Amino acid sequence: MRLRLRPMAAAAAAAAVASPIIPSFLHPSRRFCLRLSLSMPRSTQRCFSSRSCVPCRRLTTVAASAKGDIEGVEERFDVIVVGGGHAGCEAALASARLGARTLLLTLNIDRIAWQPCNPAVGGPAKSQLVHEVDALGGEIGKIADRCYLQKRVLNLSKGPAVRALRAQTDKREYAMEMKKVVESTPNLFVREAMVTEILVGNNDKVEGVHSFFGVDFYAPSVVLTTGTFMSGKIWVGRASMAAGRAGESASQGLTENLQYLGFETDRLKTGTPARVDRRTVDFSGLEPQHGDEQVSWFSFDPDFHIEREQMCCYLTRTTKDTHKLIKDNLHETPTYGGWVEAKGPRYCPSIEDKIVRFQDKESHQIFLEPEGRNVPELYVQGFSTGLPERLQLALLRTLPGLENCLMLRPAYAVEYDYLPAHQCSRSLMTKKIEGLFFSGQINGTTGYEEAAAQGLVAGVNAARHSCGSPLIVLERESSYIGTLIDDLVTKDLREPYRMLTSRSEHRLLLRSDNADSRLTPLGREVGLIDDRRWDLYQSKQAHILEEKQRLKSVRVSGGDLAAEVTLLSGQPVKDSVSLESILKKPHVQYNVLDKHGYGNNLLTRMEKECVEIDIKYEGFILRQQSQLQQIVNQQHRPLPDDLDYYSMTTLSLEAREKLSKVRPQTIGQASRVGGVSPADITALLICLETNRRKASERKRLKSQRSFITDVNDLNSSPVLTSHAVNSN
Amino acid sequence: MALRALLGLHLHHLLLRRNPKFHKFPNLFNPKSLIPRSRTLISRFSSTVCSGKNLILTKDERAGTSGTVEGSGTIAAIVTSLGGGPAAVGIVRLSGPMAVDVASRVFRPAKRNGEVPWRPRSHFVEYGLALDLEGNVIDEVLAVPMLAPRSYTREDVVELQCHGSDVCLRRVLRACLEAGARLAEPGEFTLRAFLNGRLDLSQAENIGRLISAKSVAAADSALAGMQGGFSALVKGLRKQCIELLAEIEARLDFEDELPALDSSILIDKINLMWYDVQQALDTANYDKLLQSGLQIAIVGRPNVGKSSLLNAWSKSDRAIVTEIAGTTRDVVEAHVTVQGIPVTLLDTAGIRETDDLVEKIGVQRSEAAAMGADVIIMTISASDGWTEDDKKLMEHLQMNQMSTSFATPIILVINKIDCAPSITEELFEVDTGIFKKHVCTCAVTGQGIVELEKAILERQCEQLLRTREALSRLKSSICEELPSDFWTIDLREAVLALGEISGVDISEEVLSSIFSKFCIGK
Repeated sequence: MRLRLRPMAAAAAAAAVASPIIPSFLHPSRRFCLRLSLSMPRSTQRCFSSRSCVPCRRLTTVAASAKGDIEGVEERFDVIVVGGGHAGCEAALASARLGARTLLLTLNIDRIAWQPCNPAVGGPAKSQLVHEVDALGGEIGKIADRCYLQKRVLNLSKGPAVRALRAQTDKREYAMEMKKVVESTPNLFVREAMVTEILVGNNDKVEGVHSFFGVDFYAPSVVLTTGTFMSGKIWVGRASMAAGRAGESASQGLTENLQYLGFETDRLKTGTPARVDRRTVDFSGLEPQHGDEQVSWFSFDPDFHIEREQMCCYLTRTTKDTHKLIKDNLHETPTYGGWVEAKGPRYCPSIEDKIVRFQDKESHQIFLEPEGRNVPELYVQGFSTGLPERLQLALLRTLPGLENCLMLRPAYAVEYDYLPAHQCSRSLMTKKIEGLFFSGQINGTTGYEEAAAQGLVAGVNAARHSCGSPLIVLERESSYIGTLIDDLVTKDLREPYRMLTSRSEHRLLLRSDNADSRLTPLGREVGLIDDRRWDLYQSKQAHILEEKQRLKSVRVSGGDLAAEVTLLSGQPVKDSVSLESILKKPHVQYNVLDKHGYGNNLLTRMEKECVEIDIKYEGFILRQQSQLQQIVNQQHRPLPDDLDYYSMTTLSLEAREKLSKVRPQTIGQASRVGGVSPADITALLICLETNRRKASERKRLKSQRSFITDVNDLNSSPVLTSHAVNSN
Repeated sequence: MALRALLGLHLHHLLLRRNPKFHKFPNLFNPKSLIPRSRTLISRFSSTVCSGKNLILTKDERAGTSGTVEGSGTIAAIVTSLGGGPAAVGIVRLSGPMAVDVASRVFRPAKRNGEVPWRPRSHFVEYGLALDLEGNVIDEVLAVPMLAPRSYTREDVVELQCHGSDVCLRRVLRACLEAGARLAEPGEFTLRAFLNGRLDLSQAENIGRLISAKSVAAADSALAGMQGGFSALVKGLRKQCIELLAEIEARLDFEDELPALDSSILIDKINLMWYDVQQALDTANYDKLLQSGLQIAIVGRPNVGKSSLLNAWSKSDRAIVTEIAGTTRDVVEAHVTVQGIPVTLLDTAGIRETDDLVEKIGVQRSEAAAMGADVIIMTISASDGWTEDDKKLMEHLQMNQMSTSFATPIILVINKIDCAPSITEELFEVDTGIFKKHVCTCAVTGQGIVELEKAILERQCEQLLRTREALSRLKSSICEELPSDFWTIDLREAVLALGEISGVDISEEVLSSIFSKFCIGK
């Protein structure tokens, strides 16, 4: 009897702790925990509050170690971010802004947020990522807006969902601006160090990192953003050296440590073209490519909308000489010479690849892009090559305008270690080690924007993990960020992953103009959007809503407006037609209303664009939304973490293997795993329902049985009962 | 579950807005606050996002509220048995979130004329007419709405009780499909009922078996290389759609690097595809078939198992089967239903040179039957392979066909496949051009009968209907001069309609097509 009573009492006690709706930060047990942790030796410090699994954090973290400890100061943080690139910066900033004491470890403080390849931000699909990161309170959009050399909107006439902003950026200024932000953010500490080891405690939980020079840094969350540095090796022709980027040493030892911890690593390759000296290029015969007259912005924050003078890009083309030189020297290139097997990404072929694969094309476009206002370097876009350095200058000089150019840096390829991202869950925390997060190129992506997007998610989740909050997962259908991460952790990727428009099935709903209305409320809730931004956001939404209502109610008959609309759209305009219906007609834009005095001058250009899109494409958007709604219910059914796929004999063998490997979190994710057929998904659903039924059946039987035992107990041991009663 | 989480989140947003206190959390960007302020971290994380609901599908706050639709599509099927002779009543069942919506497009209640939308009262029978999309009356029906959760599947269900003839049922079903429902997979109603918590556990096993059988059958028919007819068309259309997608999407992702899209070529291709689909749907002409039925003549040398095949197919002992060649002397008829279409099977005497007077007349009758049939099944024996006699017989049939200048489709059936399972390879030497398809069967075990039915009537009608819808929408998008990104939406839908079974990753297919076709990259 007593035996049975005890768990009940415990449960009651737990209920008492759990039931009152006291905000957890007011909960007394937390403070108690805190004090306790400070006075305890490190090894036993990890304490948990009695009920929830909230680890009590060592909040006042600079605490010196116990008296008499001669090892010196112990460096303790909430979050450690390893790597200061575009993923690392976003991660560190997000984490610090959420209040977590954050340490950013980088190999070289002067190379924070460096743009080692194309000095540009945005472009199709990538710009959506930038807008989304900005909507969640990230930094990349603001810095790009501040440091642009040129801006253009691409795909202008191809639909609102694929309109894409691209900025050429000043790479020096970009790095400097980001460094300023990083250095001035409270709670964020920067330190040079090469991390060689992940410190893992009991229960496979991360405890910190160990540096090459022998220092341990402690934190319950660690974000790895190693970029191309982990065992990086660069190649020019046949010559190679260990390096993360040209002139910067690689990070050694971490790969082996991760392998030791049980991670699967693999190798990827990418490259960057040569840079030439701007002063030695003759632009007179080249086609200039100017920026937009009306500049658009990545950030939703108008404080960063400061126009500046734009620079020009130039277009040149490969010539017969270029093609001949390459064909004559194919044996000197890694791929065709046969000493490097790894193929580069498909969307980033070397010039030799283009010439070999598309024999019938007589010429290929090459763009010359400035790398900065005070930087003499020009980026030669479309011209990456594996040829040895001694041939590279000759090759460059076959291009019109570059006949007398000087080369500042040779083109090179870089190969590096990455960790196939199926080892992460969609929060970007690894499945093996709790508290360890990966983001950026370590997950097999390429691009600053892809890195920044992952960095933000990893940073938020690292901070949340450090204080025991549940992690956040952005569903695939919510955003390009969600799509990116879902693809990474679910699909079998064999080349560096670049975000592309065609990867997003629901892109009409995931536009850049609505990135804020999709994600800023979440950013606010998480804690990355401050009051000023939130007020701005809310007033913008209010403006848009009011304007849409106004357009619906205001009607016009005939007049200049009707005449012009008829002319533009080729459709007749009825009498007493609402402005809304006018805006729905093809080729009629909001500025037509402005022109005839029917516009609203109080609205910003962005707000007008939002209104126009909402009205013009309403039917399509609604249809897509209802289609999405239809799949969401089934797709987002969660899958338990501990499913034994191997025991589900109704699944195909391949499905069992793949699902065991990926361990998807939802049915939708499972259906996207390669080799899993719709029949497998149906079988999986049946298994789940069967399991659920069996479990509830067991529960029912159990409670029945215990009821029977209860009754038996009462009947058979009256003495004991009376005793219990007495003791009460 | 996730949806609930979602709703939870929205509720929270509402709360957030109503409660002004939430807006005033400490300003973290204050430069004075250099002291770690981790306390705020905890305090702010105590909001709802943090209470375990961590899968987030954010809602676009700007977007209008579309009513939340649950479930995964609306399915339709004829649930009463077909072809078992005319029954008094047959039922077409619709189930899913749009069931009422679809039904209201097909069903016009007799009483409240023209009231849109139809608002049925659950579990009340209404009398009215079933109409096709053009508004033609198909049948008089009774509509029985059973709204969720008080239905078999626990979804909204509408049953349309029609006149029992197969023709009516087929037409009503087709109208439902055209109105937006999807044809139910075998066992799908039961599957939904089970997944929604109905039925008992033992039934799960049956559903599981059904589904695995289905996928095995699909794999088998793919392996058997059954092509021609619709499936070749479907594959071809799908490929074209992917190519068009690649053309458009390459220019969305790599605008700088490619010449502008030649939309007139694209539009021509789309029109051509639409025409192909329309024509296929016209030729399929189910309505005609439903009324007249099909006559299928089984011909072949003596003793290749024609009679056994007829018996196995019609599940009867209609024809006498012996070991003796030439047992069947006269044409024997049996009736079966293939996908709702009444089929008359004609078993014929083995065609051979013979001196037996009776057999001779039989052979003549066989030839006559073959001449009049809609489909000829040329049967050979797997154990003998393609013999000289088979060849002669085939030539004879072709001669007859030439004289009438009417080509009846001929399907080659390789019977007794159990006797020589590996014979097929060798048989490919036969000029397969003259046969529409070939199917391996075993009359003893019934193997191959399903494939044979499929070969006779490929049923990709529904795929084609959905493709046509998507292409029609695409055409109107083009007409309305919508930007090219909008074209991809319906092209993708067409690809989905055309390739449902395979479940492949369309994005990756499009990308492969882009990278193999275009020279792209920095």
